[in-house]
Amino acid sequence: MAGGIKKFVVGSFADEKVLFPAVKNVRKAGYKIHDVYTPFPVHGLDHAMGIRETSLHTAGFIYAITGTTTALTFMTWVFTKDWPLNIGGKPHFALPAWIPITFELTVLFSAVGMVLTFCYLCNLAPFVKKHHFHPRATDDLFVMAIECTGKTNDAEVQSFLQQAGAQEVNVQEVETGWWIGTYDKAQKLYKEEKGY
Amino acid sequence: MSLLKYESQQREPLVDGNKDYHQVTEDIIRPIEMKPSLLWYIGFYISVGLLLFGVYSVYREVTYGIGQWNVNKTIGWGWDITNFVWWVGIGHAGTLISAILLLFRQGWRTGVNRAAEAMTIFAVMCAGQFPIWHMGRVWMAFFVLPYPNTRGPLWVNFNSPLLWDVFAISTYFTVSLLFWYSGLIPDLATVRDRAKTKFRKMFYGVASFGWTGSTKHWQRHESLSLVLAGLSTPLVLSVHTIVSFDFATSVVPGWHTTIFPPYFVAGAIFSGFAMVQTLMIVVRKVLNLQDYITLGHIEAMNKVIVLTGSIVGCAYLTELFIAWYGQNTYEWFAFKENRANLFSPYGWSYWLMMFCNVVSPQLFWSRKLRRNITVTFFMSIIVNIGMWFERFVIIVTSVYRDFLPSSWSTYYSPSIWEIGFYLGTFGLFFTCFFLFAKYFPVIAVAEIKAILKTSGENYKAKMSDIEKADAEKFYIEEVAHAHH
Repeated sequence: MAGGIKKFVVGSFADEKVLFPAVKNVRKAGYKIHDVYTPFPVHGLDHAMGIRETSLHTAGFIYAITGTTTALTFMTWVFTKDWPLNIGGKPHFALPAWIPITFELTVLFSAVGMVLTFCYLCNLAPFVKKHHFHPRATDDLFVMAIECTGKTNDAEVQSFLQQAGAQEVNVQEVETGWWIGTYDKAQKLYKEEKGY
Repeated sequence: MSLLKYESQQREPLVDGNKDYHQVTEDIIRPIEMKPSLLWYIGFYISVGLLLFGVYSVYREVTYGIGQWNVNKTIGWGWDITNFVWWVGIGHAGTLISAILLLFRQGWRTGVNRAAEAMTIFAVMCAGQFPIWHMGRVWMAFFVLPYPNTRGPLWVNFNSPLLWDVFAISTYFTVSLLFWYSGLIPDLATVRDRAKTKFRKMFYGVASFGWTGSTKHWQRHESLSLVLAGLSTPLVLSVHTIVSFDFATSVVPGWHTTIFPPYFVAGAIFSGFAMVQTLMIVVRKVLNLQDYITLGHIEAMNKVIVLTGSIVGCAYLTELFIAWYGQNTYEWFAFKENRANLFSPYGWSYWLMMFCNVVSPQLFWSRKLRRNITVTFFMSIIVNIGMWFERFVIIVTSVYRDFLPSSWSTYYSPSIWEIGFYLGTFGLFFTCFFLFAKYFPVIAVAEIKAILKTSGENYKAKMSDIEKADAEKFYIEEVAHAHH
């Protein structure tokens, strides 16, 4: 799966107040932001970058109803078809008594399913090694990586980032692979967005 | 969809001192990178010692049978299930803090949620031991699972509250673990990226799952946390409701009351917060985290304690009143003679419970006492003793004089191996907690950074200019800007 080598211009910002206008300007100038790495969830950054909303919660809902139906159909099958036990003369189809287990399985399926989906989508697993553009991206820097194509003039991008307020700017070559991520395709171009 | 990045100065800061993002990382991660103190070693080895005593007590019980305990004909549950309910109750505060307070947007949760969630997981691990070893023939424990077997297959009874408990506790443990660990991943990446030693690089590299901090990943992470919080909120209520069903669906006087679910849930939160206080007061001091777990945090938790303690008190009085008002001879006997009568064999435990859970938390109506660390620490211990006696009262006093006076038991007191088992779970709990405090960030680093600029002391100080400025102008410059 591993591809070739990709080149990125990387700029680090110390403050989110500088980062937001920089993201806007970089996109306006027509550069493609590969990603911005931040030490904590910066609210509104996804919108500023033109990333679409996640639909992880929809997956969670689907897992939840899978849990509900699994619990209900299984208990119904056991107590009405497979071995109808007479428990104190009560109905075999004892729906009210099954609500606790149905609820628990709904929650269990949804939580486990969502976490696994989250790890799958974000390529998170033990022993996964990824390229880290800056070690302080998990500490106090907001690190923007701009992908270079054959036509990109890196010197120009570098000076552009410096002007936009980046503290440190450099060029990095990265071996590409699945772990580098493909979600940037979901990013809309600046001009395509409404409201601008 | 940007949030308004402004919080009034009227609110107490959640992070004290002059901090920036890097300082937050330093303060919280540094204890992981340092050698543990002598106190840590002493505490850890005492815990391991207790754990080993517990292992030996359980070994006795498994080898020689339940007869090693003093449980008898009418009191079949004794200390064992008392301890189970007590530990599960303690395990409720973590998820409450991380889930319900997240949904209610309570900023102060960020200082204590990580440690409280860890506490939840360890407490549920301890709780799980009791019903498992109470089975006696523990090698048959898998019989509680609905799997296709060669006995028919004879399925488990899905209509039984005891089976609901199996599902509730195992789901609760799994979901709490996932919630805790998914929140830990970004912080473990922070530890990884500043690691100097080979071991730390390897360990945190594996544990952080290759987290980079990508914007898209954070977006998904936020969505995941929110949905898990939404799921955990009814879950935490359901778990203790189901534990209360173990009693409430029976026909034993003193147990078959409809008030049990809300009463148990309030009691669980009450005892859970008390345990969080006990741990946090020690942790903030030992790891030097007073800037992150402030007096404001302690006060907020004390408010929850006085609220839930009063709900529990209300429930005690309600069930006592209804026992009298309901005119059921057996019910009233259980309450009047077995519990409220101070001179009955277990009357002392009822009044001890009343004192610890209902009377003593009322001290926290005073702001001065809510913000007093020594008082809070002692109160947290008193509440936990009281909540243990609540379960003891419910379990023992309801059955030691049952419908047949001929089987009224002699005075039940635990054997050394029953006590040893209980002490052993303390060992398990604190061994886990000491390891957690040494190897994991005890405060959610990323979450603190996310609230730093709205709730940090040094940033709040700058807000006085904004507050004095013209409101109209403030809206145009700050709020309108935030929306673009």
